[in-house]
Amino acid sequence: MLNNSAKLLKTPFTHLKDISNLLMHQASGPARASKPVSGVTFTPEPASGGKKFRMQTRNLTVRYGTTIGVEDVTLPIYDKEVLALIGPSGCGKTTYLRALNRMHDLTRIASVTGEVLLDGTDIYGNDINPVNIRRRIGMVFQKPTPFPTMSIYDNVVAGLKLVGIRKKSLLDEVCERALKQAALFEEVKDRLRSPGAGLSGGQQQRLSIARALAVDPEVMLMDEPTSSLDPQSTNRIEELIHTLKEQVTIVIVTHNMQQAARLSDRTAFFYVGHLIETGTTNDIFTKPKETRTEEYISGRFG
Amino acid sequence: MKTMLQRNIRDRFMEGLLVLSTIIVLLPLIIIIAHVIIHGIGALNWDFFTQELGSPSRALQGRPTGLVHTILGTLVVDFMALTIALPVGLGAGIMLSEYPDHKLNPVLRVMNDTLNGMPAILKGLLAFVLIVKPMGTFSGFSGGVALSFVMLPIIARTTESALMSIPWSIREAGLAIGLPRWRVVLSTVMPAARFGLVTGTLIAFARAAGEAAPLLFTSFGNNYLPNHWLGMILGPVDTLPQRLYSLAISPYSHWHNMGWAAAIVLLVFVMLTFATARFFTRQKF
Repeated sequence: MLNNSAKLLKTPFTHLKDISNLLMHQASGPARASKPVSGVTFTPEPASGGKKFRMQTRNLTVRYGTTIGVEDVTLPIYDKEVLALIGPSGCGKTTYLRALNRMHDLTRIASVTGEVLLDGTDIYGNDINPVNIRRRIGMVFQKPTPFPTMSIYDNVVAGLKLVGIRKKSLLDEVCERALKQAALFEEVKDRLRSPGAGLSGGQQQRLSIARALAVDPEVMLMDEPTSSLDPQSTNRIEELIHTLKEQVTIVIVTHNMQQAARLSDRTAFFYVGHLIETGTTNDIFTKPKETRTEEYISGRFG
Repeated sequence: MKTMLQRNIRDRFMEGLLVLSTIIVLLPLIIIIAHVIIHGIGALNWDFFTQELGSPSRALQGRPTGLVHTILGTLVVDFMALTIALPVGLGAGIMLSEYPDHKLNPVLRVMNDTLNGMPAILKGLLAFVLIVKPMGTFSGFSGGVALSFVMLPIIARTTESALMSIPWSIREAGLAIGLPRWRVVLSTVMPAARFGLVTGTLIAFARAAGEAAPLLFTSFGNNYLPNHWLGMILGPVDTLPQRLYSLAISPYSHWHNMGWAAAIVLLVFVMLTFATARFFTRQKF
């Protein structure tokens, strides 16, 4: 309690957000004492059209050994929005993204503190199995990653088949649905049994997206999904993200300002491990409050 | 300031040195193969592959004699060793490659390298203490265990490097669709590395198939084919490398010739294994 009052004095906005979260989610689990917020400029956000939180990070810090990847990031992710993470290379946006589905678990030197809430539950909680979390929070990587020995079909249904779902009618249905969602079905429907690695780069990336969609995730994390693709494939994937956001919440890391502007509803700007500014994409691109944000999006650095 | 000509000569000279070292490396191999074939080919006949060795008098009296029991024994002991070493070696290799953060990993790595560098005869001694003494008899099984100690560290290390050659991104992609870690290794990483895994296993197999030392006081040797096939596992059994040694130190010229013939069979066996390994190495996905 003492801790909370101290926080109230120091950072009124963060505390207000905590309260609003409590009201919205009846936050489960014992409340953790979060450490005081350091000198980060945090811009409070206008309510995003009454949308509810799908995820939220509170005072999230990721360290690699003693090096800090991202520090003290408090950021809400609203339901069925596209949130773009932008910032110069090495600013921590990928590090932040990977914390959202516990990908740092594999790196022993990485330590994550703070909270990552998914529907109000901390995904780093003691009784949480990261495998279940990753089924709800999918991820697409910079480079397409088809499983090299599997056919297109097996790639798509891997997330189901490899956990023991064998019912062919169900797998067929999921495969077709996911490929259609990823706008790849028409191109590959006659060669579902041929190797996934035989597709073009753009198709492979859409295959990776289809594979991620097949397990029906609620949130999709995308780490520069178009950076290794040609403009045409990039286009297709952007269209895809546009339609997908009706069904899933999307967090996308991008180096491409135009892409962020085109795709996202909200944008968060990271700089040297800190969240500098966040707001609606329109606000960030037209009237940023921070000079560093303005300098970055106008191409003066980064 | 050197002239162009001088530099060219220097270049050619260095290239010549490389070719020379290559020849020096290949020469012993060629000499061994040629020598073994010249001496042994005469003793390779139908009897060699169908008869058992028996006592020295058989050869002295010109009765049919051969090494069928040795060839069969070699296959039994070697495959027994493979059956023991493969699962354990694969497991250790997976541990080394896929769980680099695990506390046991550094220990395992040092132990594995130590086991690999340990003299083969000590591995025989270990199998002697572990199996032969309690069983009260030399046996094919103890020979298999001794050879598995030879195979194990090689399989572990080749498995590790085969798995490490698969990009880390494949594992992350597997985890990102909610697969447990063991499932990612089993269903995505290992199939991708399958040719490397087969190659490593074959190299370990060929290496162990040529070992005589671990077998001297484990499978021991036998001049006869056992009455029952179980005798090959539970009783003393002949193997090519150890028989080769016994024939070579015997005082009978007929046995010497058979020793050379045994060497041919062993060479062909080992070289075929290596050739198969080479074939798999060249396979792509």
